[in-house]
Amino acid sequence: MDQFTINLLFVGGSFALYIGIAIWARAGSTSEFYAAGRGVHPVTNGMATAADWMSAASFISMAGLIAFTGYDNSTFLMGWTGGYVLLALLLAPYLRKFGKFTVSEFIGDRFYSQTARIVAVICLIVASTTYVIGQMTGVGVAFGRFLEVDNTTGLLIGACVVFAYAVFGGMKGVTYTQVAQYVVLITAYTIPAVFISLQLTGNPIPGLGLFGDDVASGVPLLTKLDQVVTDLGFNSYTAHHSDTLNMVLFTLSLMIGTAGLPHVIMRFFTVPKVSDARWSAGWTLVFIALLYLTAPAVGAMARLNITEMMWPNGGINGGAVAVETIAEDPKYDWMDTWQKTGLLDWEDKNGDGKIQYYNDQNAEMQVVAEEKGWVGNELTKFNRDILVLANPEIANLPSWVIGLVAAGGLAAALSTAAGLLLAISSAVSHDLIKGAINPRISEKGELLSARIAMAVAIVVATYLGLNPPGFAAQTVALAFGLAAASIFPALMMGIFSTRINNTGAVAGMLAGLVVTLVYIFLHKGWLFIPDTNSFSDADPLLGPIKSTSFGAIGALVNFAVAYVVSGMSKETPQEIKDLVESVRVPRGAGEAQAH
Amino acid sequence: MSDNSSKNGYWAANMRIISISLVIWALVSFGFGILLRPLLSGISVGGTDLGFWFAQQGSILVFLAIIFFYAIWMNKVDREHGVDEE
Repeated sequence: MDQFTINLLFVGGSFALYIGIAIWARAGSTSEFYAAGRGVHPVTNGMATAADWMSAASFISMAGLIAFTGYDNSTFLMGWTGGYVLLALLLAPYLRKFGKFTVSEFIGDRFYSQTARIVAVICLIVASTTYVIGQMTGVGVAFGRFLEVDNTTGLLIGACVVFAYAVFGGMKGVTYTQVAQYVVLITAYTIPAVFISLQLTGNPIPGLGLFGDDVASGVPLLTKLDQVVTDLGFNSYTAHHSDTLNMVLFTLSLMIGTAGLPHVIMRFFTVPKVSDARWSAGWTLVFIALLYLTAPAVGAMARLNITEMMWPNGGINGGAVAVETIAEDPKYDWMDTWQKTGLLDWEDKNGDGKIQYYNDQNAEMQVVAEEKGWVGNELTKFNRDILVLANPEIANLPSWVIGLVAAGGLAAALSTAAGLLLAISSAVSHDLIKGAINPRISEKGELLSARIAMAVAIVVATYLGLNPPGFAAQTVALAFGLAAASIFPALMMGIFSTRINNTGAVAGMLAGLVVTLVYIFLHKGWLFIPDTNSFSDADPLLGPIKSTSFGAIGALVNFAVAYVVSGMSKETPQEIKDLVESVRVPRGAGEAQAH
Repeated sequence: MSDNSSKNGYWAANMRIISISLVIWALVSFGFGILLRPLLSGISVGGTDLGFWFAQQGSILVFLAIIFFYAIWMNKVDREHGVDEE
């Protein structure tokens, strides 16, 4: 059986499983999409939330970004897990006590203002749409490889599948489907990592193997990796090279963004009790940590494998891999398959029949290159987002592992993309149109507007996904920045301060959102349209602060504006102060209430 | 930003636990993982130093410990102040 058929079997089989579970679970209960989490044990809920939250950014993209940068991209690891601490301590128990179903409802009620609710919905739509663009990038990579077509065709086919998946609808909300998706996703991520860790270090646990010794040479794996990459003129893997302030702000943006993403927070509204909300956040992080503790090992080991494949005769002095070898040796088949997607490419620039992979921007290397007659790096393109999907092929693992990884990547990207599209469509039809513009809209009209909103969102995301503002995880990081600057401060102030009033909250959210959005657009192009940017992240407007890190500044602006404006306007009424008091104590939490 | 008007000092107790937890949260990530890494460079862990380990493994493990610790501790405080769910 060829690889294509095996991939098809794994992807098809996993989808059949999700749909089967959805149908089985539906027959058992008529409960709505929203009620999916109620009465579910915190462990199960945690697993489902982990599947919902870990997307193409975590699965497909993140390890690749770590692999090619090293220590400096630890920010993704700390940022996307540290947010759960904020969620568990500062938001989840209180929002559960409040007892409604959506984030915008909490903001609308706490700040006794329809305007606040609408502003929250707008923030939600902006952040979610940006998030979907990142997912589409990942979907394009996965479908391109899996169908063996170029990236653009893969993206267009993927967009149709995502749309169908989202319209098919409520099955996203069925907790047990998400549990199945989690199991597929984590198995697909872990199995190749265990194999590779055993090959390189003899340790079956990748997180321990990362700090173990390389079996072939007997020196620590990371020491060896530092050696081989610096030999080629690249930055050492383990040292700190990027700007420290930017690193801190970026990590902080991802953390508070995690705690401000409505589709994650929503999961904690529907657990049975306040104490369960605390536990649930912990279990969610357990299941996320299984992937996040493995990801840095995947990155480092893949980087070592790739470098050694390009220099198979004992490093830089042993001679580079021959063009002929890439074409004929089955160990290099992955390069040919990925070349078809347009995301990997090489070119024998100096015509010596070999492919020299090195850092041609490094002055010392340029001297070496001149001596040896090299005229530039010949591994001309290596898209970071392909690394995780290509990893089992690079390590020469059995073909069923490759099929499993394809299924896992698609599960991660599709489940999150579809979930976000559902969130966007219900925000537009329910919160915006029914809640504000036309309260007397018919059920049918609401459904139609939901479908239209979903279609518009996917067309926009696909169009922008063709020329994305960054690799999948970087685009998703922008979405986290937007959520960090708008939603999180409003929720936190709503719980921890009775001073902040309606005007203050609205002004704060708008200020945070606008200032962050403008900063991002200045660097990534207005509405992410390529070439409309005035600055770039290589040389940002404000010192070292890149657009991906600006969410933390936006959140500060939000807090400050809300505080000042609240001080200048009418005090919060007594009944709202009483509401805040009641949210703070667990006793008396009933079941979550429908709208 | 807090106001400790809630009954029995329950809210004050909660704020104290949150503050301690967040100090640890910041220390292991922004501290050991980034800003204090140069100070930890003498302690070597598998081919690199302790700061690298905290950035890629340790901080995540401590985050987990904080959340479970908070859940256990707060559920106890709820009962002591008589505000737990029956």
